[in-house]
Amino acid sequence: MIPAEQWPILIVVAPLLAAFVINVAGLFNKRLCQPLTVIALAVSFYASIKVLVQVVHDGTIHYRLGGWPPPFGIEYVIDHLNALILVLIAGVSVLASVFAKRSIEEELPDKLAFFYTLYVLLVTGLLGMTITGDAFNLYVLMEITALTNYALIAVGRDRALFSSFNYVIIGTMGACFYLLGTGHLYIMTGSLNMGDLQNILPSLYNTNAILVAFILILVGIWIKMAFFPLHGWLPNAYSYAPSATSCLIAPLMTKVSVYIMIRIMFSVFTPAYVFSAFTAHSIIVWFAVIAIIAGSVMALSQKDFKKMLSYLIIAEVGYMVGGVWLANKSGIAGAILHIVNDAVMTLCLFLVAGIVFYKTKKTLIADMKGLYRTMPITMAAFTIGAFSMIGIPPTAGFFSKWYLIKGAIAAGQWGFMGALLFSSLVNAILFFRIIEVAYFEPMADHHGSHAPAIIIDEAPLSMLTPLVVAAVGLIVLGIYSGDIIVNIISFAVPAGM
Amino acid sequence: MEFIVAKYNYWIYILLMGIGLYAMISKNNLFKKIIGMSIFQTAIIVFYVSIGAKQDATIPIIEHAHGANGAEQIIDMMRYVNPLPHVLMLTAIVVGVGTLGVALALALGIYKRYGTVEEDQILEQIK
Repeated sequence: MIPAEQWPILIVVAPLLAAFVINVAGLFNKRLCQPLTVIALAVSFYASIKVLVQVVHDGTIHYRLGGWPPPFGIEYVIDHLNALILVLIAGVSVLASVFAKRSIEEELPDKLAFFYTLYVLLVTGLLGMTITGDAFNLYVLMEITALTNYALIAVGRDRALFSSFNYVIIGTMGACFYLLGTGHLYIMTGSLNMGDLQNILPSLYNTNAILVAFILILVGIWIKMAFFPLHGWLPNAYSYAPSATSCLIAPLMTKVSVYIMIRIMFSVFTPAYVFSAFTAHSIIVWFAVIAIIAGSVMALSQKDFKKMLSYLIIAEVGYMVGGVWLANKSGIAGAILHIVNDAVMTLCLFLVAGIVFYKTKKTLIADMKGLYRTMPITMAAFTIGAFSMIGIPPTAGFFSKWYLIKGAIAAGQWGFMGALLFSSLVNAILFFRIIEVAYFEPMADHHGSHAPAIIIDEAPLSMLTPLVVAAVGLIVLGIYSGDIIVNIISFAVPAGM
Repeated sequence: MEFIVAKYNYWIYILLMGIGLYAMISKNNLFKKIIGMSIFQTAIIVFYVSIGAKQDATIPIIEHAHGANGAEQIIDMMRYVNPLPHVLMLTAIVVGVGTLGVALALALGIYKRYGTVEEDQILEQIK
């Protein structure tokens, strides 16, 4: 049996080693690839739950890679915040990999082995970024994630190649800014370990070099998370990627970047510096307001289902960034809760988009006519996802929005509160438009006056199961959101907020 | 003038970054964008490597450090360079090569599909 202190490393190592195994197994038998992927991610999921339980019981875990003491060696630090995010990443990726089976067999039949190899590497990168306590290690894993991501998007249809190319250029810029900022921190402190940096930095807070480092790192991460003026690469990349890819990256990429921002703000710098010495926090909240409004308005004008969802992601990024920069307890707790909820609801909606594309081969909203009749389970799950996006209780989306609005009121940021309500309204319009098309409008090809026979034509079980789990998960998360806040997130909010 | 000469390594990296950024944003040809990206990454490598440089210093291998009289030997910090920035850049170079490879592969794919690598012509075809 594996000793308890080794669980943290297993989270990252299981998918990493699986990447090699899958690549080799693919040479002999392509049908092995998908089960191996699911097994590796399930191991990772199990390990991350174990670690979460440990953290809730005993507090922060420090894992030294190779036994080297922290400032010299790389250290994994798992506290309440990233233990939660690790469970989220591993859980979402397991569901997405179950879904991927049929979808990839259909869309990329001759590239199965390569696809799954990159797939687990992407998850490795995301998990590694989340678990690490070392600023440079974070950069390397960020690039592992990005490189696999470019390739997974590029195998999509239509404009995927070109969108992926744009993403390479902009994504590299983001990572380079992050690296440059880390370089500035290194010059000033001589350390790359996050905990060590936090101890050394306070005496240097009045220097310009640290200010420049902080801004460079923030801009780098904002490019990666598609925060409003830097969002240009996201919509095309996400909407033309293969369904299986977008079901993995849409829920996770932006959310992990938001997590990285929180980690840098509160674990490398201190809340005192971020919210007092650095005086721009209300400006950033206003940028978040613009992001929410712009994302929602652009989503309104889309005819393509996946593209509409992609623009909503930009609005959701605004929610989370704004929530963190509100600089109070409810705002930050709401933002962290929204990372979890938004990942699950984005997963749910992108799974629906994937299933609809698999069955009908169409992507436009107007083509979704009569789907409630032929695919009742899929559309029931869609309705739950849509309600969560709008923020109707008891779905999860309501509770995180509630905390965010509470935070906005406490901080006196009325613009942000207005943007949240506006975005809920726009979401209501967007999703009820789809429900209207799919529920009330008759099928395109009915004969004469009599109603067509109702033929239930559902997607295969391997696609429906993850969808149903995600949809049920949204309600469960909603019901237990109080427990999550009390037991996990309240410890993740920095002390003294 | 003093300000520029004393910190010339920083000015070089800022200049290189500017060139790279300009090429990435304003060039129409995809390969020129890729070259810009590469220059941009190299600028940061120059930055890191230059902060690790030290005059009259040598590689940080201390002879006989584990030997009998190693412990008594006084180590003059000024005579050894800090190897960490250089080691970090080994990783960053590998990442850079990886990115370059992916970008070139994508550009090749774009050329095969659209028959051109000029951005405006591709956008015209996509419409």
